[in-house]
Amino acid sequence: MSEDIVLKTEELTKHYGGVHALVGANFEIKKGEHIAIMGDNGAGKSTFVRQITGVEQRTSGKVWLYGEEVNFAGPLDAREAGIETVFQTLALADDLDVPDNLFLGREMTYANWLGPFRLLDYKGMREATMAGLEKTGVKIPNIRNSIRNMSGGQRQCVAIARTATFHSRLTIMDEPTAALGVQETAQVENIIRTLKDAGEPLILVSHNMRQVMELVDRIVVFRRGRMVANLRKEDTDGQDVVAYITGAKTGAEFEGAA
Amino acid sequence: MSDTSHGTGGLTFDKTKRTWPNEMNILLALIIIVVIFEILGQILPYMNDQSFLFDTRDRFDSIFNEARLQIIILQVAIIGIIALGVTQVIITAGIDLSSGPLVAATAMIAMSFGQTELVNGFPNPKALFGTWAMDLPVVVPIVVGLSFGAFIGAINGTFIAFLRIPPFIATLGMFLICRGIALWWSGGNPVSFPTESYKYIGSGMMPVVWFLSLAVIFHLIMRYTVYGKHTYAIGSNEEAARMSGINVKRHKVMVYMIASMLAAFAGVILAAKSETAQAGMGEFYELFAIAMAVIGGISLQGGRGSIIGTVLGAMVLGVIRSGFTYIKLDGSYQLMAMGSIIIAAIILDQYRQRNKA
Repeated sequence: MSEDIVLKTEELTKHYGGVHALVGANFEIKKGEHIAIMGDNGAGKSTFVRQITGVEQRTSGKVWLYGEEVNFAGPLDAREAGIETVFQTLALADDLDVPDNLFLGREMTYANWLGPFRLLDYKGMREATMAGLEKTGVKIPNIRNSIRNMSGGQRQCVAIARTATFHSRLTIMDEPTAALGVQETAQVENIIRTLKDAGEPLILVSHNMRQVMELVDRIVVFRRGRMVANLRKEDTDGQDVVAYITGAKTGAEFEGAA
Repeated sequence: MSDTSHGTGGLTFDKTKRTWPNEMNILLALIIIVVIFEILGQILPYMNDQSFLFDTRDRFDSIFNEARLQIIILQVAIIGIIALGVTQVIITAGIDLSSGPLVAATAMIAMSFGQTELVNGFPNPKALFGTWAMDLPVVVPIVVGLSFGAFIGAINGTFIAFLRIPPFIATLGMFLICRGIALWWSGGNPVSFPTESYKYIGSGMMPVVWFLSLAVIFHLIMRYTVYGKHTYAIGSNEEAARMSGINVKRHKVMVYMIASMLAAFAGVILAAKSETAQAGMGEFYELFAIAMAVIGGISLQGGRGSIIGTVLGAMVLGVIRSGFTYIKLDGSYQLMAMGSIIIAAIILDQYRQRNKA
């Protein structure tokens, strides 16, 4: 397998009982690449994301991360392997502040012999948070405020800032701007551009055609649980992509799949 | 990234900008309540110018009425120990109703291993077991009591976390089970006459010492350890906690175990203080413990509140009880008034939440 492939799936399949939510997905993302995943509701986009991030266990298929076959038992496994995910439903604890949320589930600690009662390194987490926020250009008035008091855009930025803080090897964003206003969307898009400049690979699940056309290199389309197109941005346009999404067209290499 | 023009202010960490802590409000309420009782003492015609707080009759060396202060804090100490655990449970957005009967059951069980063999030279009339269980070192009743608490807490936690029984139902069942255990243990008879060393851990101001030491320990744990952080995270957004890789189920079992161990410890101390254990002990304790937490600003929705809040809530409840007695309010009115105060505290909490959201 070539060295510069970040993540590769082979025949990735997920059944929920009798529902075939995802069937035989062969997906590939290279270093520094930004890929959009598009498709109608229920096309299997989020299902795909949940399989590669370990939130759910796949029915069959294989996943490689940086040439290494991986089987994540849970989201923390995926995270430790370097896959950082911004979920559609924000995985933030409202009553905690920014550093607490960034480090939730993998706190910096000392006196680790104390087991569950090991001590939190507040100072270290605060400094790492500041560095991560600076790197992504996120602006938050006071990181000691609880998330509850923040705007939707700020919350989304906090979720995204996790990636920068933990030097992730692959960032996945599931509809990061779906619930945001115009200005907040622009802020999130700026962060995505920053990640692009830094050469960080990204999978972006989005419904927003303008956003996708502006930000990514490649567009992968899902329809009824199957991959139906894998398009370079230069070779396509909005109308073409819509044709794939709705089923008017199917990519040549995927004929017979859907 | 100065080209990001959409921010709302710079990136700062400003200690002084932290919001007014909720605990200050409770402290304020505590002071106001004391002042109200003080004023009532002055204006009510039948009070003869007594003072609620101050030593007006020169009975003590200090300016305060130390006897009353001691009674207030001693009254809240044992229920306060339970409230420390209930606080943690409520922060996970759960509830524990089983603590009162658990106090009774633990008191019975612990006392059975803390009895003295001879009372005034005669065999202990309330001896439950043979001589092998008599005159044991004080650690035995403590360890037995805590183990029983841990066992009950583990069952509570397992039912709630793994079998997804709502906390209210699971602990309501355990409420009845524990009261049953307390009655069954000695066939309804009291278990009495503890050893000197067992008596000592509940004597005098010892319950207060336990309460305040445990409060300090759990304040530090909730604030500065991973256990505390995860407890808040689970109550704040359980789904987020799970997605962040926290083992939510295991953590919940741990929280319920700690809460039950604290209730059990309260039972061990209560038996030592009373020098006897009876199946009817600890009546309404679970409700008063929850009330202390709620008055102390612990949100029933989970995620918010602190041990300091609960300690202040305990003091508020203690001052109110003592104050009602001081102005010679009849017991029946006291219950009604206290119920109203608890409801008011919850209304206040919801009002606060709506304003913050």
